[in-house]
Amino acid sequence: MVNIPSSMDDPIPPAEVEDVELYHSHSWWTTYVFSQDAKVIAIQYSMTAMAIGLVALVLSWLMRLQLGFPGVFTFIDAERYYQFITMHGMIMVIYLLTALFLGGFGNYLIPLMVGARDMVFPYANMLSYWLYLLAVLILVASFFAPGGPTGAGWTLYPPQAVLSGTPGGADWGIVLMLLSLIFFIIGFTMGGLNYVVTVLQGRTRGMTLMRLPLTIWGIFTATVMALLAFPALFVASVMMLFDRLLGTSFFMPAIVEMGEQLQHAGGTPILFQHLFWFFGHPEVYIVALPAFGIVSDLISTHARKNIFGYRMMVWAIVIIGALSFVVWAHHMYVSGMNPNFGFFFATTTLIIAVPTALKVYNWVLTLWRGDIHLTLPMLFALAFIVTFLNGGLTGLFLGNVVVDVPLSDTLFVVAHFHMVMGVAPILVVFGAIYHWYPKITGRMMDETLGRIHFWVTFLGAYLIFFPMHYLGLLGMPRRYYEMGETAFVPPSAHSLNEFITIVALIVGAGQMVFLFNLFWSVRHGKDAGGNPWRATTLEWQTPTTPPPHGNFGKDLPIVYRWAYDYSVPGAAEDFIPQNQPNDDRISREPS
Amino acid sequence: MSAILIFLAALALIITWWMAQQRLMSKPWLEVGHAGDTPQREGSSIPTAKIGLGVFLAVVGALFTLLISAYFMRMGLNDWWAVPIPGLLWFNTALLVASSLALQWTKAKAQRGNLEAVKAGLGLSFVTSVGFLVGQILAWRQLTAAGYLVADNPANSFFYLITGMHGLHILGGLVALGRTSFRALKGVPAKAIWLSVDLCAMYWHFMLLVWLILFALLAGWANDFVEICRQLLT
Amino acid sequence: MAVVLILVLVAVASVLFHLLSPWWWTPIASNWHYIDNTIIVTFWITGVVFVAVVLFVAYCVYRFRHRPGLKAHYEPESRKLEFWLATVTAIGVAAMLTPGLFVWHQFVTVPSDATEVEVVGQQWLWSFRLPGADGKLGTSETRDVTSDNPLGINKNDPAGLDDIIISGGELHLPMDKPVKMVLRSIDVLHDFYVPEFRAKMDMVPGMVTYFWFTPTRTGTFEVLCAELCGVGHPQMRGTVIVDNDEDYKTWLGQQQTFTQLMASGETKTVN
Repeated sequence: MVNIPSSMDDPIPPAEVEDVELYHSHSWWTTYVFSQDAKVIAIQYSMTAMAIGLVALVLSWLMRLQLGFPGVFTFIDAERYYQFITMHGMIMVIYLLTALFLGGFGNYLIPLMVGARDMVFPYANMLSYWLYLLAVLILVASFFAPGGPTGAGWTLYPPQAVLSGTPGGADWGIVLMLLSLIFFIIGFTMGGLNYVVTVLQGRTRGMTLMRLPLTIWGIFTATVMALLAFPALFVASVMMLFDRLLGTSFFMPAIVEMGEQLQHAGGTPILFQHLFWFFGHPEVYIVALPAFGIVSDLISTHARKNIFGYRMMVWAIVIIGALSFVVWAHHMYVSGMNPNFGFFFATTTLIIAVPTALKVYNWVLTLWRGDIHLTLPMLFALAFIVTFLNGGLTGLFLGNVVVDVPLSDTLFVVAHFHMVMGVAPILVVFGAIYHWYPKITGRMMDETLGRIHFWVTFLGAYLIFFPMHYLGLLGMPRRYYEMGETAFVPPSAHSLNEFITIVALIVGAGQMVFLFNLFWSVRHGKDAGGNPWRATTLEWQTPTTPPPHGNFGKDLPIVYRWAYDYSVPGAAEDFIPQNQPNDDRISREPS
Repeated sequence: MSAILIFLAALALIITWWMAQQRLMSKPWLEVGHAGDTPQREGSSIPTAKIGLGVFLAVVGALFTLLISAYFMRMGLNDWWAVPIPGLLWFNTALLVASSLALQWTKAKAQRGNLEAVKAGLGLSFVTSVGFLVGQILAWRQLTAAGYLVADNPANSFFYLITGMHGLHILGGLVALGRTSFRALKGVPAKAIWLSVDLCAMYWHFMLLVWLILFALLAGWANDFVEICRQLLT
Repeated sequence: MAVVLILVLVAVASVLFHLLSPWWWTPIASNWHYIDNTIIVTFWITGVVFVAVVLFVAYCVYRFRHRPGLKAHYEPESRKLEFWLATVTAIGVAAMLTPGLFVWHQFVTVPSDATEVEVVGQQWLWSFRLPGADGKLGTSETRDVTSDNPLGINKNDPAGLDDIIISGGELHLPMDKPVKMVLRSIDVLHDFYVPEFRAKMDMVPGMVTYFWFTPTRTGTFEVLCAELCGVGHPQMRGTVIVDNDEDYKTWLGQQQTFTQLMASGETKTVN
């Protein structure tokens, strides 16, 4: 083993980022509302994301009611149905998952886990949240605008997105949607700069890149990707606004709408699709990579074992991040683009399966010969493995260009992406909340309520989305307000739809248990202490819990080891915190 | 989409070069002890704000490259009539070059602590940049008056979109430049605002570079260049 | 322990569901059984991986669940194991991708003897056009769409005059003859989708897209739109009937050409 020749006994200068001043709040307003403390911003981001996520949950109930019991709930007409699915998708992908993983977990965990006092640009960080809130408010406003929100589907494909045959297309809906996205992206960029530069520059003494917890690797890589991918959505949104408001023809060809010739000419909808998916595919990994990182740390901590193959895990994150920029057109196999692109994009897409599979193997191998504590975070991590594996494997169907032809635009796709980027990351979100809640509040969340929530969510979500693949295989298209009488759809398929709807209602109700637990435990939870999970990473080593502004008291911690020193042979405890100096008695040769 | 892929490939090279120095092949579990005595392990000695700006410029670069990608894809369709470039754009370009040069000069003066020169330099740069923006708006008005309306042809649409997007970025830069100038006028020592001037200069040089590329694109030279590349490849 | 049981149950139930599911693809009516075969291969490979990994997790949780005195094994990594796992995965992926790419090559290579059949989508209606006696479709332009020329066919193109127009009606196709479906839309994106044919492709306004297939059995098949096209999306239905040669010829004889349609349109305006 290599012991880095230690100047350990020398006085070590504090590893502050010298040119960044910590902003100290002076009043209630600057402490809790216009706060520049990343932890407060994280909570603001998370609360806003969960609030708007709750709206999206209710929308999913409404759409499921229509699908399960068509014609029974007459207030859900076709227009409303399409508005519901559009808003549900957009909110869940961007305003909930992206905001929660990067704005929420990123803000809370990056400074704490790398040993910094705060983000490097706290003012921009604060602006980031307020722009995000503005984006959310514009989005909500579209529900009250004339014509209601847009019903173009979350992909907002032109020309239909800006035409009158689509709800909100000729009214305010689509305009507000695009404006909201533009503000979201500006706000995200301000936050994203913070996450990236804090990881680059804010790391405390001794925190080399290879000592970063995988949570930080995941969030860091996802943020870099998001910074480069969101401009594509920005450009697409601005160009579509031009088409809609100024009558330009970026995406709009000559069109006869309901017998009337429109003024547009010569544009191509395919251009929008390229821009959209150039953002849209990396977006999948922007949500997945933080989940990958977090789940690695959950599994390692609760199995009391180092993550298996740390280096491979880091490389895989970076490789997946890079590759995800050259696979976007696998969403466009049947879009009418040059069919020869199919060869290239199918190959790149299936290549991504290899590093992704290695990550799954390494999670599973971390469990092997571990000391598995079946805590709530561990349960959610196990459920993540099952659902992500399932969703990842169906990705091999859809990525393989020719298999995608019959399955594209069917419920198979809906089931696939819900499993892989809906259910799996959300399970990680829950696991992470149960895991870090004690640090944020100083109290544990209630175990019994947590277990009820876990079983309802995991089994329910699996029961919803696993059978749904088979409806897609049967040929049922997605985005159908009602199936009506269709010769190839047997009555049993309708029964299955009813079943899925009932389970969806139960799973949704299960989330209320979680929300109750979340608020109830702030006051009534068991006292947690500073490090209830006996974890190694720096956020658990703060002198006070919850950590105050500035995180670490007078001196920043110094890092002596990687983040995964669990069950090291010869050590007194089954974990050694990252900031604990070396103990020579410990042997590190694998036994 | 080839423009953005080339841009990302260049960025990937930079990232790979940086990662190559981060010992990603090391086995962290074998290295116990604080690694602080190996230099550059925690962060770079470049000022954090400068790194922040560098990352931001990468994002801005991606934004404009995507616009260029969209421009090329749309240009390939058969309803494209290029816009005549107003002669005023040459004058505007000269103003932006002057602004950039003024900032470069100011940076050198700030390093030497010459506050009076810094004030003058910042002022000059501010005025020329505002001049650039006014000039761009005049160019728009000339085009509109000549009948090149935004919705008439995709070339027109892109002209307004791209110049507008670039102008907004200059406008955003002016906020930072204004703030720096304000501090200089209040008498903050030149050395204390050196970093701010440096950042402004970096941003201005970048936006000048972006403008030159966009100008070449809008004037149609970029097409010739792309055509030559294509012929070399085939 | 409940966790272990449920993990095993998830694996077993998923497999049983797959085997017993009454929901399976529609009986195929085209030459694209290659696609079905590729899906079967993919099901086998992914199914084995899914069951193996989930059962392995269940075993780990059972065997290594926390008990007093249990200590985790210390092993940072194993290059050899990772190498083998990566290799086996790569082989599995290649086993799915390779046949997939071969079939895709067939899919995008239209046989030279394929007859062109045009499908035009609009909100929320299918129209069809067959080449007339000259075997060629005339040119068309969205700008030329009027109420008496709903498909926007170029009146000055002689190739288009004998084209057969089926506006909002049923399309008939002869069995065992390859067809190239030429796809157009005059308003928004649509997607011509017949589950039994397996193939589908978006219809993009301003562009002409295509796919080809050979109908392999007679019957009546429902056409659905598979790309969201506004509120009427689910109602956008059509019918394709695959006939034997004789029935097809009879049907073809009853259809109107573009010239006849124009003439009848004019009489209507005169009246």
